[in-house]
Amino acid sequence: MTWIVQNLWLVPVLPMLAAAICALMGYRHRIAAASLAIGSMAISFLLALCAFAHVLGSHAGNGVQTVNVPWFQVGGEWLKLGWMLDPLTSLMLLMVTFVGLLIFIYSVGYMAHDDNFTRFFCFLALFAGAMLGVVIANSLLLLFMCWEVVGLTSYLLIGFWYAKPEAAAAAKKAFVVTKIGDLGFLLGMVWLYEKTGTLLFYDGGAGCLEHSALAHLVAQATILGLATSTAIALLIFCGAAGKSGQVPLHVWLPDAMEGPTPVSALIHAATMVAAGVFLIARIYPLMSVTASGSPAPSVALEVVAWVGATTAVFGALIAVAQFDIKRILAYSTISQLGYMMMGLGVGGVAVGIFHLITHAFFKSLLFLGAGSVIHGCDGEQDIRRMGGLSKSMPITFAAYTAGMLALCGFPLFSGFWSKDDILHAAHSWSISQAPFYMGAFGALLTAFYMTRQLYYVFAGTSRLAELGRDSTHLSDPHGAAHHAPVHPHESPAVMTVPLVILAAFAVLLGFIGTPAWPWFQSFIDGQPASFSFAAFYGFGILPVMLSSALLVFLGLALGWALYGRRPIESAASSDPLAELQPQAFSLLGRAFVVDALYGATLVRLNTVCSRISDWLDRWVWNGAVQAVSYFVLALAWLDNFFDAAVVNSGFDEGCESVSRGGQALSLLQGGQVQSYMRIIGGALIVLVLFLLWGTKI
Amino acid sequence: MTSFPYITLLTVLPVAGALVLLALGERNKNRVRWSALAFSFAALVLTLFLWFHFDSASGALQFQELHPWIPALGVDYRVAIDGLGLLMLLLTSIVVPIAICASWHIEERVPLYFSLVLLLQACLYGTFTVLNFFHWFIFWELSLIPAFFLIRLWGGPRRASASTQFLVYTMVGSIAMLLAFLALFLATKKFDLIDLAAMAQSGQLMPAVVAKLAWHRFTPQHLALLLFAGAFLGFAVKVPLFPFHTWLPSAYSEAPSGATVLLTGAMSKMGLYAFLRILLPIFGAQMQLVLTPLLWLAVATVVLSAYTALAQKDLKRIFAYSSINHLGYCLLAIFAVVKFTGADAALTAEKYAAMNGVLLQMFNHTLTAATLFWFVALLEKRSGGLRGLDDFGGLRKVAPVFTGLMGIALFSTLGLPGLNGFIGEFLIFKGMFSLTTWAASLSVLGLLATTIFILGILQRVFSGPLNPRWSAMPDLTAGERLALAPAIGLMFVLGLYPQLILGVVDSTVIQMVQHLQF
Repeated sequence: MTWIVQNLWLVPVLPMLAAAICALMGYRHRIAAASLAIGSMAISFLLALCAFAHVLGSHAGNGVQTVNVPWFQVGGEWLKLGWMLDPLTSLMLLMVTFVGLLIFIYSVGYMAHDDNFTRFFCFLALFAGAMLGVVIANSLLLLFMCWEVVGLTSYLLIGFWYAKPEAAAAAKKAFVVTKIGDLGFLLGMVWLYEKTGTLLFYDGGAGCLEHSALAHLVAQATILGLATSTAIALLIFCGAAGKSGQVPLHVWLPDAMEGPTPVSALIHAATMVAAGVFLIARIYPLMSVTASGSPAPSVALEVVAWVGATTAVFGALIAVAQFDIKRILAYSTISQLGYMMMGLGVGGVAVGIFHLITHAFFKSLLFLGAGSVIHGCDGEQDIRRMGGLSKSMPITFAAYTAGMLALCGFPLFSGFWSKDDILHAAHSWSISQAPFYMGAFGALLTAFYMTRQLYYVFAGTSRLAELGRDSTHLSDPHGAAHHAPVHPHESPAVMTVPLVILAAFAVLLGFIGTPAWPWFQSFIDGQPASFSFAAFYGFGILPVMLSSALLVFLGLALGWALYGRRPIESAASSDPLAELQPQAFSLLGRAFVVDALYGATLVRLNTVCSRISDWLDRWVWNGAVQAVSYFVLALAWLDNFFDAAVVNSGFDEGCESVSRGGQALSLLQGGQVQSYMRIIGGALIVLVLFLLWGTKI
Repeated sequence: MTSFPYITLLTVLPVAGALVLLALGERNKNRVRWSALAFSFAALVLTLFLWFHFDSASGALQFQELHPWIPALGVDYRVAIDGLGLLMLLLTSIVVPIAICASWHIEERVPLYFSLVLLLQACLYGTFTVLNFFHWFIFWELSLIPAFFLIRLWGGPRRASASTQFLVYTMVGSIAMLLAFLALFLATKKFDLIDLAAMAQSGQLMPAVVAKLAWHRFTPQHLALLLFAGAFLGFAVKVPLFPFHTWLPSAYSEAPSGATVLLTGAMSKMGLYAFLRILLPIFGAQMQLVLTPLLWLAVATVVLSAYTALAQKDLKRIFAYSSINHLGYCLLAIFAVVKFTGADAALTAEKYAAMNGVLLQMFNHTLTAATLFWFVALLEKRSGGLRGLDDFGGLRKVAPVFTGLMGIALFSTLGLPGLNGFIGEFLIFKGMFSLTTWAASLSVLGLLATTIFILGILQRVFSGPLNPRWSAMPDLTAGERLALAPAIGLMFVLGLYPQLILGVVDSTVIQMVQHLQF
């Protein structure tokens, strides 16, 4: 156990500490906050390099190295958390810290005029820490915790410009939609915990991803005839689908573009949305386990492949008909995430993760390029109002084109190799050929919509001065202050240098994973890589490669034919594709009306449920109590009536007669001496007469 | 068995404080406030002393004081704490200073207000430490009186009906419970809760009851269930469990926010404490008999209260329903634990998890809910009493620190990992999932609705364009920040290091679960 493995926890903790310090600092300490965040990220990057060198240096196939520490006690047992280092972790660490570092630096320029500059770096650093935590976690619980914190920072950063109601709504939507997936994740996690007794991935043979636990899981059947392992894997996949914007939980990602553009690049393109893909790669042993001897892929992976393929086509179709520069990229991200999932489903960890890594570079490049464009156009995001930027922003243009070609999968660019890997795996998938055709169609669409975007933004002449600029279209408010005519300008070096570095990676990175020298795939699988050109002639490789290259050329040509041949004249002129297919274009433009559908069904159902609960509470539960209390009051009234009318009246009657008697008797007691004397005298006379009468007889 | 009377001292301390406050009189209000705070801090220090001298490796009762009191009735003066009691003492000691701080702006009859708060504290200490039903019931009922007057005298516009409903409703429950325990006493001549629990575990309790109280129309089983129902009603109203909760939203929202802190932070735990200390050990078998309807009620508590919160417009009502929702998880886990009472080792681990989760959740709910109501009090102070969801908007612009700190408390309610709420919920779900899979799966809907209404608060009160009416609203003052800092800090500490609580209660939990054998 070496120093770097023991201290790998520093990689996520350093940015988190930087975030904590930033949070306590005042708003004025802008430079301190930015340098803290960037400095912590730089140290994390160096540590990630050490970790990578360590994995590279250790013997191939050495497997994972873990450190587990006790956290708390339940029923006398310690629940442990831990971190791990394996090839997958080391690559992800490198990617996240490197891309993160570049985006941090870029943000210094992009956010320079923002009042909440220190908060921004606080949230960014917290995000980076949590994301790195997801990457190194050796415990599903720790992974889940970091995963949720990642979701929180995504929420905070989407809603960064909180005064805009759209940003606040988008932030809430992102959190709620991903939370729906996470509830499945939570249930899957507690189920896994119950069945295996641990949430550590690797624990010297006792971890939940190790052989004995998996054999136990796959042997048990549960509802619908699924193996327990499949049911758990699918529940956890819900979480991954939410985070990675897979259909049908993709709706939050386009709205998330309300956040500042560096956030879109870092979180909603390169890293966080890839966390779902990473999660599936991390628990791949659980996803892929099948009853011993069964040659077919596991049900869970089959689901992953189908969901991924659907998402790939779905996102690409919608991207064709968008006009917001960032929304096009957002739908493109959804589509590419679909490719990654499909790659995991049909091929394996290496296939999916290779595309994840290359995509992280070229998509963050595209987003940062888009940010540079938006910055240069003072906050404009509608591609119909751009145009001609290739002259005024040459560096951005060159970098953007490199990213665009990589995304399209233009031969020899990085995206070509990784996407080809996925298509090849889909081609040789044993279940069905459909994902291959869906992926190929998606590749065609990708080339088409990126060409469309490129022509709109960079070709022709600037249309910015046209039409009164409508401030509701401004997403980045730092341009909203001045309304002078806009002259597009190149961004400062702090923004363009990261672009150039990312562009270099977008072009070259693919060469670490070509069929001739599959270093990447071997590294992930823990085997030595060998170099041989003969591998190109392996089964199905060249035909797939050629056909995908042809599709890319076809897409580019289609894009040129519609948008490049005749320059776009004015911002108001309708889209050439819309003229060809108005109904389809409008359906795609509204993203297959999924949002409206959810609004009409799920959101409304939720509202109705809350109304019903409130009504029940007010009238039924409380009503029952009220009824009881009224019943008691009625009894009291009845009692009162009985008292007054029956008991009291009888009593009163008695009292009356007594008092009448008293009154009669009181007449005798007048208190006047003469009347007493009169009575006494009268009585004396009567007595005397009586006695006389008696003596007579 | 009798140690230095720390617990008696702790219970008497607030009473002495209340008398001192009354003696101080109206003249100097700040002196009264600071004295109240000083007494509550003294109690906190004493509680921390107990916390650090408590032997957490043992689940046994500690710091016991046992003296004969009314031998003819079998009433001893018996106070002691185990991990559960200690946790309850700690949360009371934490919540009272919060309540005092949140009531700082009260201007009418200040000495009376704060002495009622301290009296309530004394009643709570009594309830959480006394082990003899007779004595315990006195504290249980006595606690209603200060709470009633706090609502009645300082409450909102509809305080009269709210306080009456609160008093009468909980009193009805208590009377049912009293009758059940009188029946037990007639049969066994015992009021001691530990003795009664021991009889119940050895299976002697109900036969004794049946022998003494053999009313010919009741079968033994029905008689036992009737007694259970009486005790259950008393506690279910207090927690509360659906559908016995309707007193709570109006009481919480009409009470002054400082008193709401006490109601939600400490008094709501009395019901759960009674479930764990009294109902589970004595009536566990009866609870098991009617488990399915109880589970349904608990699921309804969790889901319906979260959805009802979603429809509320008043921040205090939202947090009131959220409070019901959070305590619903505790009840759910308690019921789930009773489902299986075998010695199956696998399920025992789940029960440990669920019970630890319940205790942690009780503490976390106190901390978080009390802090949230404190924030409402601070907001009311700034808005002149307004606290509607739609009365504000964009407050983050003028009050960023307020927003940030309240945001932390809100996310803690939502169960965000890294803050205190998460581990309790995780353990509850972990335990519940295998014990009652369907109940666990249904109740995640409560988590979803909670997420939606919490984010709704953040969206409507703090985000969006600033409502011009509040453009001069002051942010938190330095003093307020200083007062809030320990509560917020504790949320992080417990979120990152729950062992602080779990290490102390774990042995008690093991003992509680092992005693559930019938």
